[in-house]
Amino acid sequence: MSGFAHYLPDIWAAIIAFAILTYVVLDGFDLGIGILFPFLGSEENRTRAMNSVAPVWDGNETWLVMGGGGLLAVFPLAYGIILNALYVPIIIMLLSLAFRGVAFEFRGKTRRWQKLWDKAFFGGSLIATLAQGAILGGLLRGPEVTDRTFTGGPFDWVSWFSLGTALALVAGYVMLGSAWLVIKTSHGLYDLARRVGQVSLIVTLGFIALASLATPFLHPEYYHRWFQWPGVIWSAVVPLLLMVAGFGYWTAIRSDRGVVAYLSGIAIFVLCFAGLGLSIFPYIVPASITIREASTTAMSQGFILVGAAIFLPIIFAYTAYAYWVFRGKTSEHEHHY
Amino acid sequence: MSIFDIPTLDLARAQFAFVVSAHIVFPAFSIGTASYLMVLEALRMITGKEVFLRIFEFWKHIFAVVFGMGVVSGVVMSYEFGLNFAHFSDKAGPVIGPLMGYEVMTAFFLEAGFLGIMLFGRNRVNKWIYMFAVTMVAFGTLLSAFWILSVNSWMQTPAGFAMNDVGQFIPQNWWEVIFNPSLPYRFVHMVLAAYLTTALVVAGVGAWHHIKGTADDAVRTMFRMAVAMILVTAPIQIFAGDQHGLNTLEHQPAKIAAMEGHWETSKGAGLILFGIPNPSQERTDYKIEVPYASSLILTHSLDGEVPGLGDFPADERPPMTIVFFTFRIMVGLGFAFAAIGLWGGWLMWRKRLHEPGLFHKVALVFAPGGFLAIIMGWFTTEFGRQPYTVYGHFTTAESVSNLSHGAAWAALIGFVVVYAFLFGSGTFYLLRLMRRGPESAEPVENTPQRAGGVAGAMLANDVTTEKEEAHV
Ligand code: HDD
Ligand code: HEM
Ligand code: HEM
Repeated sequence: MSGFAHYLPDIWAAIIAFAILTYVVLDGFDLGIGILFPFLGSEENRTRAMNSVAPVWDGNETWLVMGGGGLLAVFPLAYGIILNALYVPIIIMLLSLAFRGVAFEFRGKTRRWQKLWDKAFFGGSLIATLAQGAILGGLLRGPEVTDRTFTGGPFDWVSWFSLGTALALVAGYVMLGSAWLVIKTSHGLYDLARRVGQVSLIVTLGFIALASLATPFLHPEYYHRWFQWPGVIWSAVVPLLLMVAGFGYWTAIRSDRGVVAYLSGIAIFVLCFAGLGLSIFPYIVPASITIREASTTAMSQGFILVGAAIFLPIIFAYTAYAYWVFRGKTSEHEHHY
Repeated sequence: MSIFDIPTLDLARAQFAFVVSAHIVFPAFSIGTASYLMVLEALRMITGKEVFLRIFEFWKHIFAVVFGMGVVSGVVMSYEFGLNFAHFSDKAGPVIGPLMGYEVMTAFFLEAGFLGIMLFGRNRVNKWIYMFAVTMVAFGTLLSAFWILSVNSWMQTPAGFAMNDVGQFIPQNWWEVIFNPSLPYRFVHMVLAAYLTTALVVAGVGAWHHIKGTADDAVRTMFRMAVAMILVTAPIQIFAGDQHGLNTLEHQPAKIAAMEGHWETSKGAGLILFGIPNPSQERTDYKIEVPYASSLILTHSLDGEVPGLGDFPADERPPMTIVFFTFRIMVGLGFAFAAIGLWGGWLMWRKRLHEPGLFHKVALVFAPGGFLAIIMGWFTTEFGRQPYTVYGHFTTAESVSNLSHGAAWAALIGFVVVYAFLFGSGTFYLLRLMRRGPESAEPVENTPQRAGGVAGAMLANDVTTEKEEAHV
């Protein structure tokens, strides 16, 4: 085995982390719009908000498949244990995503039931987000594992901490969704999005502060990471960077620079993600299975790395093109056929 | 035994089977429809005829709804392996995981990336880019089928691997893994099935409008196209199925024994057209047999040897009754489709295809037949490889996750209830779209519309919508 093969697990951990992060910031904004759906005031506003994401949400959600499929491909042991341990919230997430996914197609098919599909879109988005947050919280607490098998119970993930991460994610997605609406809409909806954006930013930062205080005490391991050299540098720098990103979002959303607000929102997510990575690394199932233990052979990781190197850039190219085709503010009369 | 005694293993299997059976219906239809739309768009570009645009717009609405349901049920699939079969994921992941990774990277992103342009972008890109987008969506559905069938075929006829010290399957030769012995047969048979199924649906919709007297030139054109497609694909499908069976005889003889209903290995075996397998007595009752035909079909000689299930140890036998009947339903439907194709072809030749008659009613009845054949075919395949997930190497019992009985029950009920509601509603909307016919699917250019997603054309027809809903 060459030196390169030695680093394959790390490269793949980075790619999977990247896929999950991409999922969060892309599907995040369309889930956020789903959560805002009942509060958008008029029927027209709802239609316009949904039209602004209709051409792209499918691609956004594909990153979730990439995260899950990627885990199976390169860390199959972790895929099995994590899905087994978080069986209940994952199934709740999948069913909720199904509700909101079909709502895109069904809501315009019927007058009589349109309200119902509006509710499905809202409820599905909200519950899927809560479930994703709870999955994160449950994972951080570390599922019980013996001999390559999950040995805990179906509700081990329930805790105050996972409730906190669930609510935090709702606020974070609303923050992203508001920025998207500022980019894509004008007048009424846009004013509303700016106000909601400000509130959701504050709430998000508040939850991040709480979660950061709680995380080190979840596990002695995390405590060491954060309060000992060199992690303590991060512990000092990350809050500063968060303040900068938060300030960027705040000023941008107040002055119609939706793109800057969205990018600042992404920065906030990236920073949290980096913090998570710092807490967990080198584990992939916190406190029980490391990245290396979960890895398949270099034969598998190398084979699919070739594909990733070729196809991921192509995917970025045509995804960017698709966003570009639908650039600009969405009118109420758009994206129907 | 009360239903609460059902072992957790069987609940996990039932959930997987239910969820994948629901999923396959949508991709099967979208594989066929995507290719059909590509052909229609190309015909329009070549001939410049407006009628192809109208057919295109009509099926595009339907495609969008089907595709949406395919995506939401597909996202579930990508997590099903880990949820219910965690040990299978751990052990077989090194082989099947990368194949599914390639599916995501080459197929799913491709479809999703160009779908938006295909559905909403006709006025935003030039006609070549539009044609390209439609082609990429069609190509993506075929690639997706290729990879997932490679995964499934590897589980049926595993090749190109070794075992490591923790009992994982480790790939040795990717070419042998991907192009494992049953892949070519399964891929051809499945893609033909998708095309045939779609052609039957198109023909059924066309037939309905003929019966109702609402068949304009768009309906007539698509009806002729569909009948021609059935005429061509159904006989090829029968041939492909026969070849598939020969391949199965070579690699999974116990499955063939179950399909054929034979208990004893014998030379010059008869073909059992009908019977009732009786596993406790190890015989098949009430047989109607064609002498020597089974040997002839499977070995191409009258006294060729054909396997019997009784020769396999009891714990390596698939459940014969299920496999025996599902196989017969599929094959029966296959011959029925071929007959429909011939009949329609004859009417077309005599220029009587559009005259009112029995043919339209029959075509309508068989419109959903392809879906039934597909599900029956998969049941044959999947029950026939029991008790293994990786054939001959890893059993279903070893594969299952560590689940609580209550959670497994709740999940099964949750999936059944939610899917019944969502996909039931979707089917209802699809039928309503089909009933309206192409004349209601105005080309996009001129109708300003209000709703999001596929909503489009529908709300323009609000009056009918309200009226129709009052009847439900
Ligand atoms: C429209 C759909 C359709 C039709 C009309 C048929 N099939 Fe089929 N069949 C399928 C759709 C299908 C399928 C869904 O595509 C399956 C399930 C798994 C697979 O590989 O293909 C299948 C499986 C399947 C298998 C099992 C392969 C295995 O797993 O070992 C055999 C032997 C046949 N078919 C043979 C036939 C024959 C002899 C037919 C002649 C009438 C036929 N099929 C018609
Ligand atoms: C898409 C159409 C499919 C249908 C309708 C279908 C149907 C079924 C059924 C009925 C079972 C239960 C068998 C039993 O428990 O006795 C099953 C099991 C299973 N199938 Fe499929 N299947 C399909 C495709 C696939 C594909 C493409 C794969 C793999 C990529 C797959 C993998 C499995 C696995 C892992 C199990 C669980 C273990 C087992 O019970 O055998 N299936 N499927
Ligand atoms: C013979 C069996 C199968 C075929 C032919 C097939 C094919 C397809 C196709 C063509 C699509 C695109 C959406 C659509 O057209 O409706 C799709 C969606 C999907 N399928 Fe399947 N599939 C099969 C079984 C499975 C299985 C067993 C899995 C899980 C491992 C799976 C995972 C998915 C996922 C994740 C999506 C959604 C992709 C997206 O977001 O665009 N499929 N499938």
